[in-house]
Amino acid sequence: MTRKQRRLVLIGGSVGVLAVAVALMLNAFRGSIAFFNSPSDIAEKHLGPGTRIRLGGLVKDGSIVKSNDLRVRFEVTDGKSEIPVTYQGVLPDLFREGQGVVAEGAIDGAGVFDADTILAKHDETYMPKEVADALKKSGHWKDDYPQRAEAPVAGANK
Amino acid sequence: MIAELGHYALTLALGLALIQATMPIVGTRTNDPMLMSLAAPVALAQFIFVAIAFGALAECYVASDFSVLNVYENSNSAMPLIYRLTSVWGNHEGSMMLWVSILAFFGALVALFGNNLPLPLKANALAVQAWIAAAFHLFILTTSNPFLRIPDAPLEGRDLNPILQDPGLAFHPPMLYLGYVGFSIAFSFAIAALIEGRIDAAWARWVRPWVLGAWMCLTLGIAGGSYWAYYELGWGGFWFWDPVENASLMPWLAGTALLHSAVVMEKRAALKVWTILLAILAFSLSLIGTFLVRSGVLTSVHAFAVDPRRGIFILAILVFFIGGALALYAWRAPLLKQGGLFAPISREGALVFNNLFLTSACATVFVGTLYPLALEALTGEKISVGPPFYNSTFGPLFVPLMLVMPFGPLLGWKRGDIVSATQRLLAAALLALVALAAAFAFEHGGPVMAPFGVGIAVFVMMGAVTDIAERTMILRIPFNAVWHRAIGMPRSVWGTAFAHFGIGATLLGIVSVTAWGSEHIAAIKPGEVIDVSHYRLTFDGTFNRPGPNYSDVVGHFTVRRASGEIIGSMEPTRRTFPARNMATTEAALMTRGVSQLYVSLGDPDASGAVPVRLYFKPNVLLIWGGAFIMFLGGGLSLSDRRLRIGAPHPAKAKTALAPAE
Repeated sequence: MTRKQRRLVLIGGSVGVLAVAVALMLNAFRGSIAFFNSPSDIAEKHLGPGTRIRLGGLVKDGSIVKSNDLRVRFEVTDGKSEIPVTYQGVLPDLFREGQGVVAEGAIDGAGVFDADTILAKHDETYMPKEVADALKKSGHWKDDYPQRAEAPVAGANK
Repeated sequence: MIAELGHYALTLALGLALIQATMPIVGTRTNDPMLMSLAAPVALAQFIFVAIAFGALAECYVASDFSVLNVYENSNSAMPLIYRLTSVWGNHEGSMMLWVSILAFFGALVALFGNNLPLPLKANALAVQAWIAAAFHLFILTTSNPFLRIPDAPLEGRDLNPILQDPGLAFHPPMLYLGYVGFSIAFSFAIAALIEGRIDAAWARWVRPWVLGAWMCLTLGIAGGSYWAYYELGWGGFWFWDPVENASLMPWLAGTALLHSAVVMEKRAALKVWTILLAILAFSLSLIGTFLVRSGVLTSVHAFAVDPRRGIFILAILVFFIGGALALYAWRAPLLKQGGLFAPISREGALVFNNLFLTSACATVFVGTLYPLALEALTGEKISVGPPFYNSTFGPLFVPLMLVMPFGPLLGWKRGDIVSATQRLLAAALLALVALAAAFAFEHGGPVMAPFGVGIAVFVMMGAVTDIAERTMILRIPFNAVWHRAIGMPRSVWGTAFAHFGIGATLLGIVSVTAWGSEHIAAIKPGEVIDVSHYRLTFDGTFNRPGPNYSDVVGHFTVRRASGEIIGSMEPTRRTFPARNMATTEAALMTRGVSQLYVSLGDPDASGAVPVRLYFKPNVLLIWGGAFIMFLGGGLSLSDRRLRIGAPHPAKAKTALAPAE
């Protein structure tokens, strides 16, 4: 092979691998991205059942109902709208009424958000940023929610 | 007093760094050996002052001096000494202090052990190192001063975040930083080479040990962090594709690529321009990692608004160093001479293949980590990019890399013989097929692809063994001769085999756990029995146990084989820290071979039932064991005679293409 041909093989190979990488990424972006929504967003956007989203807000006071098999039902509110959520599994250490929460899952046919992942940060003063933003938007932000950025995310998976 | 001393020492270190950043460069321009040789002693002095500052901060923590704001916020006198020490870097200010301390430490090492370096290269590299140091000193002094006092000293501190009070965290951040900052040496040498406009194979020989050392620390740091998350966060995951984790994975991928391309450069004087670029990228990604974790940008793009000076300062450092380095690269790299030729199928070719796939994989992680940030900054739309993204991008890119890996060391330099390499790998391939078939036959459930993953992992491991077997001619010549060949082989050959074997082991662990791990989540009462895999666990109840700055609720489980024989007990714990009103989960682990049983407790509900998570994690220890074998491989390579005795004198003026202006 001449120098030119060798270089061509090298450049062709590199471009090929890069193209594959880009194709993989574009394909993955289509299927595996969850958009963040507040209960108000869900009410406004009329999201169809089965769309995977992240839901964030406050756990409504007095709404947690625990039943057998570690099933939990609670409501997530942003002050304007609320949406019922079901989850089966062990809840994160800091899941409490009145605290911020982020849940990942999809809405079922009956309008209930079926969560397969509940995220909460390991800090009693922590407020998930999406939740804080959503609360500010709906005018329910109180200044006594300080933010701390040190703790890594912990969560609960089904 | 101690805090003021630290503050003063740090300010002096900044001054010294500024001298170190300018004088040696002036020296190389004016060809003044005096100014050039100034770099080494100043680097040593800078390190001494940074060490004093760091020591002062550590002393404030050890003595629980709560009049220092940083100590008050992150420590507590009830904490054991070890955690009072590790909480030095368990917060923003302290971790930046650790960062610059390690940076200055590496600078001092180059100053001490770089005697065989040409003076201008050493002077320029130390100067670049000092630029970085000066930027970070300035950052700490202006935006993140750990030595600030509180006028009315409180009596007790706020405690370190409980999940950080763990032995795993004592060594994880320093290791990670040793890795991140270690790449700064390669970066400084790359910039120095660009400033001089000349580079030769000897450059790679000088830089490789530093890259190798940094890579080893980073490998261990990532593995340690992963193990910490596994047992401390209480749900048994070893990798979450969390941006903080990705921040450490990206420099590792770039560093691994750099390690391999530097071999080509050292042996064949090829890929020079590419190696320089990788050296710049590896450290740039380390800087980006620091930025991602430390600026608060991950919690929110708007965290900039909370403390805008910090975020914008680090962003400015990023833009200056990465942008500056790449601009210098674009300007000067064309001056560097291209090296030796090689056929596509050759050792060089295999290493280029490795580099292509590693950098592509790194690019996918980069996009996945930063795309949500960019999108939010531009459109306000919030998205999360989760594990599925990485599984369907990173995974497919790693498969070809793994498949080709065993071929690399068996191919000759310049022109390889693929047929003979394939013949030599037949045994490894056969074993891989047997493992694949066995996985199909004996494991039920799990993804269909999993047995193929096992096959690939076994192929990689056996490929590494094949390399050694071929070189020692084991089974073909008498044992004594084999022994002599094994002893006489360059350590770097052993290093390669170990590192490759290690990555195979890690892969085997990951595939086994993801495909065949079993879990059982339930709310149970004392006396109840749960079966997980081949084990039967009886819940005996909970009891309370006090600790120094926490109190424990301990659950007691008796573990039996399916046959009923008792093999031990497990005590998962809920740990409550009153100082912060927080609870953490201390999982109980029982090791069976390289597999583990994993139990963690939740909060008991009103009826007294305790939610528990029980996992059986097959081969899970291979994940971190493999990383440790990689680390050992790096160590073997580092002890290679060629690196120990140092590099020969560089090729003379032949390679000098452009005068250094």
